[in-house]
Amino acid sequence: MMLSEQSIARMKEVVTKYPSRKSAVLPALTIAYRQIGHLDDDIYNEISEAIEIPAVEVAEAATFYTMFPKQPRGKYLIQVCHNISCALLGADGLITYLEQKLGIVKGETTPDNLFTLISVECLGSCATAPMMQINNDYYENLTRESVDRILKELTEQAQAEDEA
Amino acid sequence: MSFYSPVRTNAAEVAKSDRLHLFKYVEDPQQANIDTFVAHGGYVAWRKALTSMKPDEVREEVKNAGLRGRGGAGFPTGIKWGFIPQASTKPRYLVCNADESEPGTCKDRVIMERDPHAMLEGMAVASFAIGCHLMFVYIRGEFGHCIDVVNRAVEEGYAQGYFGKNIFDTGYDLDVIVHSGGGAYICGEETALLNSLEGHKGMSRIRPPFPAVEGLYACPTIVNNVESLASVPHIINRGSDWYKSLGTEKSCGSKIFSLSGHVKQPGNYEVELGYNLKDFIYSPEYGGGILGDKKLKGVIPGGSSTPFLKPEDIDVGLDYESLTTVGSMLGSGAVIVFHEDTCIVWTIMKLIHFYRHESCGKCTPCREGTGWLERMITAIEHGRGRPGDVEKIESVCENIMGRTICPLGDAAVMPIQSAIKNWRDEWQYHIDHGKCQVKTNTEFV
Repeated sequence: MMLSEQSIARMKEVVTKYPSRKSAVLPALTIAYRQIGHLDDDIYNEISEAIEIPAVEVAEAATFYTMFPKQPRGKYLIQVCHNISCALLGADGLITYLEQKLGIVKGETTPDNLFTLISVECLGSCATAPMMQINNDYYENLTRESVDRILKELTEQAQAEDEA
Repeated sequence: MSFYSPVRTNAAEVAKSDRLHLFKYVEDPQQANIDTFVAHGGYVAWRKALTSMKPDEVREEVKNAGLRGRGGAGFPTGIKWGFIPQASTKPRYLVCNADESEPGTCKDRVIMERDPHAMLEGMAVASFAIGCHLMFVYIRGEFGHCIDVVNRAVEEGYAQGYFGKNIFDTGYDLDVIVHSGGGAYICGEETALLNSLEGHKGMSRIRPPFPAVEGLYACPTIVNNVESLASVPHIINRGSDWYKSLGTEKSCGSKIFSLSGHVKQPGNYEVELGYNLKDFIYSPEYGGGILGDKKLKGVIPGGSSTPFLKPEDIDVGLDYESLTTVGSMLGSGAVIVFHEDTCIVWTIMKLIHFYRHESCGKCTPCREGTGWLERMITAIEHGRGRPGDVEKIESVCENIMGRTICPLGDAAVMPIQSAIKNWRDEWQYHIDHGKCQVKTNTEFV
């Protein structure tokens, strides 16, 4: 079992809120993704059991949306917006800068499994471009200086968690 | 306490105005708390509607106010509400479309993060107007912070009796579900949104039946944008005549415009509809002029799905009618500014990549056509264009336009067609010379 008892309990609770059980598919996928960090066929089956929806329907929804990836990612998922408003203010350069800083190319994860770098479509932060999302948080109006600081803070935070 | 997003707004100007209203409290860090919201006159409209008005009176008021959908389509909100078949005994649903993902648009996010009760109050009034007892907010999944803020606001609303059972002792019940999306632009289209909310893939449905007749769970459903709903309490409080006095004759009220790209002061600004686009870009209160004092090349006035305007066309009102006269659209009100050092082929490559990625795959012209367009445009940008490519692109565009179930196909095509019409020589230069006529600066500093 990959899903925690807590996740399963939350999924079962979510199901009861909706007029139709199937509406709980996306919320359940979100709960699973937040706990595990990626999804796969086994997890689809576990979700299917928890919310009593056929696994094929869970898989169908999961593979349509971008937020439920199958491949595992690093502790911090860096998503750089590469859409037009950000691109006009240096998003391509930001991606190159992050690639250099992290020593990986877009789509890869650092060997210490700390950072995964991808670029994504518009994140609705167009008037504070360029920007990136790291896990749940937005980082806006980015400069080289702020990117350096953010990466340093996250690295230190991960080290502190390791030591604790 | 500081704001989550550092985005610039014109709240100070709005606070001094008797006409602007949506952004009045968005610079108050406490506004997301229900007590502050109520102290600022919040939930008065909800009480007024529920305790002293009939649903048809609320519908009539909003219809008379001339409020039009702020998500992009601009359909009159009160008229939409009137499409609910009154004889139907099925449950009715209200869905707030908070799937903001049109490139350039970042206004609903500010409302949700800083003034979430404004949206919830509008939703409650709208629910009452259509006879709904269970309303949904569909928030794009990436807006994790918004989802947290709105969830907290909903809890506060329940605790203080604005939602739940027997509201204001009237016997009216109203529940709220906050639903997070999975990362798909198409779910901002209302029928795709409903499919997604039902747990399916986010693919559009053929209309008719329209959602007002057969929407969520095959029941009558109204889908309204965040900003449209946040405007509703102001109409109830101050009356349709007041609202109608704002803006232009046919584009009533005020609207939040997201200003991005090559301007000195990007931000979200509330102005009355009809405000001059050129002033909006250049005035010190808003855009403050072009970045680096460069020359303007073009403007997308209503989000990435709307046609480009050339500099000679921007002396125009930001309203539904005026923008149509210069060949574009108000859309979601996302003004994207491009200065002279921007390659048009590079720009279109960025946009078509987006539409190809976000096409849901249901309709062949959009699914296949956006892929062809992306491959051809990318080839041109990378110096591999061939004679006749521009004409081929135009032909593919013509074969997508109007041939898909939802407007995503049209949205993908319109900026391309206008970019070719306005800057055909630049496309030709790209093909003839294998490189950009003007190189876009993509440096990150």
